[in-house]
Amino acid sequence: MDMFIRQRIKAVKKGDQNAFADIVEMYKDKIYQLCYRMLGNRHEAEDAAQEAFIRAYVNIHTYDPNMKFSSWLYRIATNLSIDRMRKKKPDVYLDAEVSGTDGLTMYSQLAGEGTSPEDALESLELQQMVQEAILKLPEKYRAVIVLKYIDELSLQEISDILNLPIGTVKTRIHRGREALRKHLEHL
Amino acid sequence: MPCSKKIVQWMHDYLDGDIQKEEEQQLRSHIQQCEACREHFYALKKTVAFVENVSHFTPSDDFIKKVMYNLPREKRRVRWKRWLTHHPFLTAASLFLLLSTSSLWAVWQEDNEFSFSKQEHLIVQNHTVIVPEGKVVEGDIVVRNGDIKIEGEVHGNVTVINGHKYLASAGEVTGQIEEVNEVFDWIWYNVKRVGYNIAKTLTK
Repeated sequence: MDMFIRQRIKAVKKGDQNAFADIVEMYKDKIYQLCYRMLGNRHEAEDAAQEAFIRAYVNIHTYDPNMKFSSWLYRIATNLSIDRMRKKKPDVYLDAEVSGTDGLTMYSQLAGEGTSPEDALESLELQQMVQEAILKLPEKYRAVIVLKYIDELSLQEISDILNLPIGTVKTRIHRGREALRKHLEHL
Repeated sequence: MPCSKKIVQWMHDYLDGDIQKEEEQQLRSHIQQCEACREHFYALKKTVAFVENVSHFTPSDDFIKKVMYNLPREKRRVRWKRWLTHHPFLTAASLFLLLSTSSLWAVWQEDNEFSFSKQEHLIVQNHTVIVPEGKVVEGDIVVRNGDIKIEGEVHGNVTVINGHKYLASAGEVTGQIEEVNEVFDWIWYNVKRVGYNIAKTLTK
């Protein structure tokens, strides 16, 4: 797998776009997921994820092979999401609701396998509440929490992605977790 | 509220999978005794479970297409290379054509000395081959880099490469008479000759 990615990156560096399509295929779900958790809106997440890949392509020459390629991609996507969060007007909650409605269609499609509609709805509400709680986190906590739980990344990887000392990453995860707990305790 | 900062710190270390064995032991035994800490730990674990189990959405089906469409155009060299590797037969064919054309071209360029096929009765004057009046030449004549003036008869083909033919009113050629003055004519002439030779050996 690693070999495959390395060889694809080499081809991309030579300007081969088909090789880049393979890379997008491999990481699109994770990157999209990351953007969605950061931004809380499917449309915006799709947009940000696409921009992240385009930036990766344009800047492929700055990629340092000593770093995990996925970490490099996560870094681009995280920074981009944070930029967008900052530019966003405080209509986060309106957006979150829209994303929830989106989720309804998605979820009702998935729910076919054995879960009753009541369960699905309840779980959907729960999903929405969790996502809202994530969106309420300040950006520095949000980034570490999302990275930690999206792909079960290690503290070391998160520290590489965000270019922060491990100690700082830990502190932020702990604080972020406590903040989430406060938001979700009543459930 | 939990008892101390230290205990809470351990809880988080535990959830990060980053706790020492000894501390984990102490944490466990403390939680068994202390209800407040137990509740806090339970709430944290529940939070983690919620966040971990949040359902995963996937991007739109044409996500890759949209990304690819928005990339800056790739370098020409790469597209060209890919085309070559995807069409090996055409590549080989065009390479062959290129090489054979260029070698013929080289021959054409090099070969600018006056020469002609030796046949009886031919007279030569200043790069002009003359078939004299009243004489009959049996066989083909090829003249390179010179002209031919036909006043008599030729029983065969006449080819002039890089020159002109002058056929007098009394002159006669039973075969084909041809002028080859351009490199493409020359190539075509060679191709025809090869074909003709192959056909001849086959019929034998």
